[in-house]
Amino acid sequence: MKRLTFTLLCLPFAALAADPAEIPLAIKNHRFEPAEVHVPAGQKVKLVIHNQDSTPEEFESHELNREKVIPGGAKSAVFIGPLQPGKYPFFGEFNEATARGVVIAE
Amino acid sequence: MFGSAIIVFRESLEAALLIGIIAAAARTLPDRNRWLWSGVGAGVAGALMVAALAGKIAEMADGMGQEMLNAAILGLAVTMLAWHNIWMARHAREMVDGARALVRDVADGRRELSAVMVLVAMAVLREGSETVLFLFSLASEGESTGQVLIGGALGLAGGAAVGYGMFAGLLRIPVRWFFSVTAALVLLLAAGMAGQMARFLIQGDILPPLANPLWDTSAWLSANSPAGTLLHVLAGYDPRPSAMQALFYLGTILAIALGMYLARAPSRRSAPA
Repeated sequence: MKRLTFTLLCLPFAALAADPAEIPLAIKNHRFEPAEVHVPAGQKVKLVIHNQDSTPEEFESHELNREKVIPGGAKSAVFIGPLQPGKYPFFGEFNEATARGVVIAE
Repeated sequence: MFGSAIIVFRESLEAALLIGIIAAAARTLPDRNRWLWSGVGAGVAGALMVAALAGKIAEMADGMGQEMLNAAILGLAVTMLAWHNIWMARHAREMVDGARALVRDVADGRRELSAVMVLVAMAVLREGSETVLFLFSLASEGESTGQVLIGGALGLAGGAAVGYGMFAGLLRIPVRWFFSVTAALVLLLAAGMAGQMARFLIQGDILPPLANPLWDTSAWLSANSPAGTLLHVLAGYDPRPSAMQALFYLGTILAIALGMYLARAPSRRSAPA
């Protein structure tokens, strides 16, 4: 509850804060590059995903609570965080065998 | 082939369960099936269109077009579920009394059925567009189109079977309990979809997550376990929800429950049994 109140109090300032850091992530041959994505903990981050394959892929993560289809050849963004320090695996739902990666918040 | 069967099963499950529940809930309405199938047809047509335009949609709204579209589809579905439940609350008594009595006011019944149709179309559209994209991606990867289609058909049949199971199971409930059970199921479906809608708005940076996550139950019941998936589909279970999702979830339950309470005909409510 305390944290919730604090977060609510911070909201007006968060809106004024600088744009979130952009972190690039590529999809190539149904693999994520890099497979380990390092992001700062406690901050909202913009994951910019560039799908260099010709086929669509769905970026999905239960831990990050995100899912988004990235059409073939398209560049799209997913906002994540603020995250507590830790590991957050993600995968490509359309090619689950190869497309795997992890966000490391530190 | 199995890859496409499994994914199509997973994607069609949510829409199939929703259709099963709503088909049972609307069982006393005339011409119900025609409206349901029109909804499925419209949803499939919409899904093909969305899949074809996926590249364009992804670029809209500064790259957040997909989130906006998903949120809009879910928002519309939640509204229709709310409409349905409130309408049912107003008519439940006469339906229980008259069992299969047809709705007297034809225009009123038609409005309810068009809400059901829109709802079914939205459910099919949401899961369908992803399925189409996935099948397309498999087919362009060298797997033969025939194999992909057979796998897809198997997956769809599996999803439809579960949806039909839900429908048939609900119809076995005694009529006395029937409308309460379906109303509760629809209420949870609506709340779960509202929670998902919040998630898309957070993902697109349109709403703040507030506390994130509010709690973490993934160690007890993970989202990819069968029970977790079923609970997710039926009641919007999310092992790591943000506070904003929880607000949408609770707000939707309260708003619909209030609407249902107010919609009950006052004369019937106070009438002696």
